[in-house]
Amino acid sequence: MTAACFHCGLPVLEAGRWRAPVLDAPREFCCAGCEAIASTIAAGGFAHYYETRAQPGTRPLGTRPPELPPALSYDDPQAQKQFTFSSGPNERSATLILDRIRCAACLWLNEQTLRSLPGVLRADVNYTTQRAQVSWDPARCRFSDIIEAIRAVGYEAYPYDPQRQSALEHGARRKALWRLFVAGFGAMQVMMYAFPAYVDDGAGTLSPGAEQLMRWASLLLTLPVIVFSCGPFFSGAWRELRRLRPGMDTPIALGIGAGFAASAWATLRGTGAVYFDSIAMLVFLLLGVRYLELAVRQRAARSLDRLARWSPSIAFRLEDNSVKQVQAHALERGDRVLVPAGDRVPADGVVEQGQSSVDESLLTGEPVPLAKTSGSGLIAGTLNLEQPLVMRVEGAGTETRAAAIARLIERAAASRPRLVAAADRLAHALTWAVLAVAVLAGLHSGNGWVAIAVLVATCPCALALAAPVALTRAAGELLARGVALTRSSALEALAAATDVVMDKTGTLTAGQFRIVRLDLLGGTDETECRALASGLEAVSRHPIARAFDGNGSAVQEIRNFPGSGMAGRLDGRSIRIGTEEFCRELTAVAALVPPPAPGQTPVYLADERGWLAVFLLEDALRPEAPDLVAALHAAGLRLHLVSGDHPAAVASMAARLGIAAALGGALPQDKFDYVARLQREGRVVAMIGDGLNDAPVLARADVSFAMGGGADAAQRQADFVVMGNSLAQIAATFTLARRAMRIVRQNFGWALAYNAFALPLAAAGWIGPWEAAVGMAASSFIVVLNALRVAAAMPESRAWKASSSSSPSPSPSYS
Amino acid sequence: MESLIVLIPLSVAVVFLIGWVFWRALEGGQFDDLERPARTILEDDDAPR
Repeated sequence: MTAACFHCGLPVLEAGRWRAPVLDAPREFCCAGCEAIASTIAAGGFAHYYETRAQPGTRPLGTRPPELPPALSYDDPQAQKQFTFSSGPNERSATLILDRIRCAACLWLNEQTLRSLPGVLRADVNYTTQRAQVSWDPARCRFSDIIEAIRAVGYEAYPYDPQRQSALEHGARRKALWRLFVAGFGAMQVMMYAFPAYVDDGAGTLSPGAEQLMRWASLLLTLPVIVFSCGPFFSGAWRELRRLRPGMDTPIALGIGAGFAASAWATLRGTGAVYFDSIAMLVFLLLGVRYLELAVRQRAARSLDRLARWSPSIAFRLEDNSVKQVQAHALERGDRVLVPAGDRVPADGVVEQGQSSVDESLLTGEPVPLAKTSGSGLIAGTLNLEQPLVMRVEGAGTETRAAAIARLIERAAASRPRLVAAADRLAHALTWAVLAVAVLAGLHSGNGWVAIAVLVATCPCALALAAPVALTRAAGELLARGVALTRSSALEALAAATDVVMDKTGTLTAGQFRIVRLDLLGGTDETECRALASGLEAVSRHPIARAFDGNGSAVQEIRNFPGSGMAGRLDGRSIRIGTEEFCRELTAVAALVPPPAPGQTPVYLADERGWLAVFLLEDALRPEAPDLVAALHAAGLRLHLVSGDHPAAVASMAARLGIAAALGGALPQDKFDYVARLQREGRVVAMIGDGLNDAPVLARADVSFAMGGGADAAQRQADFVVMGNSLAQIAATFTLARRAMRIVRQNFGWALAYNAFALPLAAAGWIGPWEAAVGMAASSFIVVLNALRVAAAMPESRAWKASSSSSPSPSPSYS
Repeated sequence: MESLIVLIPLSVAVVFLIGWVFWRALEGGQFDDLERPARTILEDDDAPR
């Protein structure tokens, strides 16, 4: 007998030719390739793989398959722009699809291999999607090294490309439909053959020969249903059994397999009961449920992909008065690009020339086109409607805002919500119970069909489907409304929220401050005060800073004090701009100014010698803010307004909107403490914020929203990112979260009640195979259809725009 | 009754034939997009400007 190759398990034909020590013993290999792989694995210290793997390893490919490019071609910086992005200083990241994966040990091995590469900073393999997130230092490691390292241990990796993924999903949908068709058509036809046997009165109207013929025909038609349509059930059950973690596929596969085998045996012998019709029907109904689930998931994924994929592939770059056609992902920051009317914007950037309107509905759900003039921001993938525009690129390829949001959503989709994890654990425990009851009932009654009925009738499929479908549907609907869900458990937290803490600047107001008055407090003239203020605020991203556009003095050593102001030095003297307290640290005396009018925000300017000026700023309330406050009040939520703005301004706005609790002059620490205090009182806090000052508070709150116009840091902490610059969808998000949770609870209630009801009946032998099949499939169908209601009957996502005009009026009325 | 001996095998053959026709349609992409064909009727041919 020849030995088996230690790596791939194939017979070793030339014993002793390829040999290497692995796991403290010399091992035989079938070829040089396997020997090289095993040596690499052992040398890397990953021999543990051979102890945990469930399948023999893959044989090396020998030669590279022609459809895969050589690893070196990935090092071209232009090519890399398609799939890598910069994730920090001296750091690039990419998503890899791992191929030739056999089992969890393979994924472990790949992860360890990646992590041990010099220059690789982080590597995480997602065991579900078989994708690896890799970050590396381009100075110490090339992308091709990473690909080569994975090839060296016998696997294949290629960069994640949405196009390729789309093709895979496409294939999955076709295959699911084909399976459904085979099962449905088989079930229909088998039902016709079963009908005569059901109505036969036993008086010999149906001849035995004809009945036997119909049984054979049923067997023949059920065979493709079992062999082809049931593939997912059997492979799923096999996976579950191998890990000794039976899930919902195990009882189904056992029930179907045993039912078919028993019926086939009865057909062969010519006596006994056959249930081909019940089996085919069960498979058809179950596949119907799964197809619905797949459709929901793919629909949610599609709304996500639009973001990343709808950017055009070509762009028109302006070079010395000539226009050159280039790849959109090859654009660099600072390039000037022509966007013809009717074309999609190829990259994020700013309008330099021209006037047009742009349809951003793809990203924000907002159907009214927005007017764009010189200086307006443009988002990649949006549609330029009227006139050609010239833009300056600020981010292209994977560095656009749409791509960043898509990555956040993907991260959320890859993790499992707490609720789903809990349901899975429960379903897992129930499966063991079902298996045990099936065996006991079968032994007790001495009838195998009773055991099969128990397996089929009480499989906890409905339980396992109860939460994920509803949550996926809700996330998809939110995305269509321009709200990105970035943490998978956030809907659960939002539905439980009791208090909403809102920031003022940039959240309830549009964040477009303008200077309404300037009072000089020292000897410096107005022009110089404005120049000093502009110079200090030039680097700030706070919405207030935008009021100070213009030519600023060259202020040095500018430092940002979040919630207080900015400090800097000019010609050796220290100057500050910000709140009174902040500036008073410099002047040591209080400013003598009249209190600001309601709704106005004072900003002080001072240097070491004394007060220079006070600017009175006004920020228009967003027109949809009163509606949001009314809607949240109606939903029974307690509202709080917490802002770093002047206390008088905050209090007047709170009074105008009808918000009972207001805190003004709050530093980031105060906001944080405010939220923490509410939480200590047992409240569940939702925070709506914007801007850098909010990031820690957003993280502290149980659930948080960031307005899309806000700084990126806040978006990373927020659970929901509102992509349109409007509050209108926030109330809808609350409603949707509550609906989703209500439906999930209904589904859990229904699934558990059904199982509690069906288990004793089936165990007592009162449920026949067909009743078990109908009951089980119906309970799953009800759960999935109920989940689809999540987004139904929600106010149409665009209805609100009919009532509120597209452009915010400068002086909105607060009725 | 005797006709069943012909009809049942025939029906099995027809089922497989229909299955094959459906498979051709599926592979031909007829079921890839169930929403667009319903809308194309209402859409004008010229691209939106």
